[in-house]
Amino acid sequence: MLSVSRLSCARGDRTLFSGVSFALAEREWLHVKGLNGAGKTTLLRALVGLAPPLDGEITWRGEPAPSDAYRRDLLYLGHHAAVKEELTPLENLRSAAALDGLALSERDALAALIRLGLRGREALPVRVLSAGQKRRVLLARLLTRPARLWVMDEAFNALDTAAVQLLGELVQAHLDGGGLAVLTSHQPLPVTGGRELIL
Amino acid sequence: MNAVWAMARRDLLLALRRQSEVLTALFFFVIVCSLFPLGIGPEPALLRKIAPGVLWVAALLATLLGLPRLFAADHQDGTLEQMALSPSSLGLLVAGKVLAHWLVSGLPLVLLAPVLGIQFDLAPDALLVLVIALLLGTPLLSLIGAIGAALTLGVRGGGVLLALLVLPLYVPALIFGAGAVEAHIAGMAYAGHLSLLGAMLAVAVFFAPWATTAALRIALES
Repeated sequence: MLSVSRLSCARGDRTLFSGVSFALAEREWLHVKGLNGAGKTTLLRALVGLAPPLDGEITWRGEPAPSDAYRRDLLYLGHHAAVKEELTPLENLRSAAALDGLALSERDALAALIRLGLRGREALPVRVLSAGQKRRVLLARLLTRPARLWVMDEAFNALDTAAVQLLGELVQAHLDGGGLAVLTSHQPLPVTGGRELIL
Repeated sequence: MNAVWAMARRDLLLALRRQSEVLTALFFFVIVCSLFPLGIGPEPALLRKIAPGVLWVAALLATLLGLPRLFAADHQDGTLEQMALSPSSLGLLVAGKVLAHWLVSGLPLVLLAPVLGIQFDLAPDALLVLVIALLLGTPLLSLIGAIGAALTLGVRGGGVLLALLVLPLYVPALIFGAGAVEAHIAGMAYAGHLSLLGAMLAVAVFFAPWATTAALRIALES
């Protein structure tokens, strides 16, 4: 469904990588590995369409990406917290859904936050939460935003062992349901299968 | 259109949570407008003459004060990336942000202007023309400002650059906005000024979100 051929990316004048090709079908996931500065984040940003690649082709369901259909199917979680410090986790989740054009009831949003272990924190401003809890607020979007392709950059950072386990389960359930995932991480991930791409 | 409202609602909620930023610009407007009569002295004829220009320049600078933060917070915390990748069109989301910006920093200026105009001994009908001119002009300031804010996003010392970039573009709004009130005070027709202001606003509503979106995508590439 997702196919990438001969992708090259540069940062400034320096070419980070060239000729990266891979294809992912349903229920498959890709673990992007590499040293610091090898271009993992750049590859992911090119993949989702934030930074156009120097060269190469990305197709989704046989059509050139990024397209509108691709963006509907895509969920990208980057380095940033991507949550508003002044808003509560509940407001963050619901406003993010509204921006994506989805109606998210308060009950569903609350259920997602509870699943991520934020019971009792849903009405506090995100500002007072810890780094790991902020990350969990962002990860709650995995439950509230339907998407076929998950692209996550260092998603396992700042999480405790229980949360790593939970995120592993979420990714596994997503794959079992016919989804695709592209992840970067320096640590071994609690998800079975998967192919490796070393930059 | 839902995306526009959703974005505007979120930004209004955020503005409610950090009121100090909003109030700073408003106080700036009030204080600048109040300093002129104090500095110049009680000469009604002179005050009436400078009133439109002073009120407009103060409104322009007050708008400029909040512009650097229009996209900066979203850029920093990564929300802007999510907006760019959202299934909703980024142009509509940008329009929602500009709408919220105007409601928070433009509309209060329009409502305060007649009160401040009294200090300049403006007649009630001149105040009405001032309010109409500001009502057409302040959204224009927000729309043009958004382009500048997007272009200078992530640039070090972007605030000064933003002022240099945007202030010259504000000149037509200033000329026709202040001109309408001046024409009315001089007993001439002012409808032409307001029509031109309206025409500029109509053009900006269509093109500014598009130009802002293009600038934001460039800012996101790095």
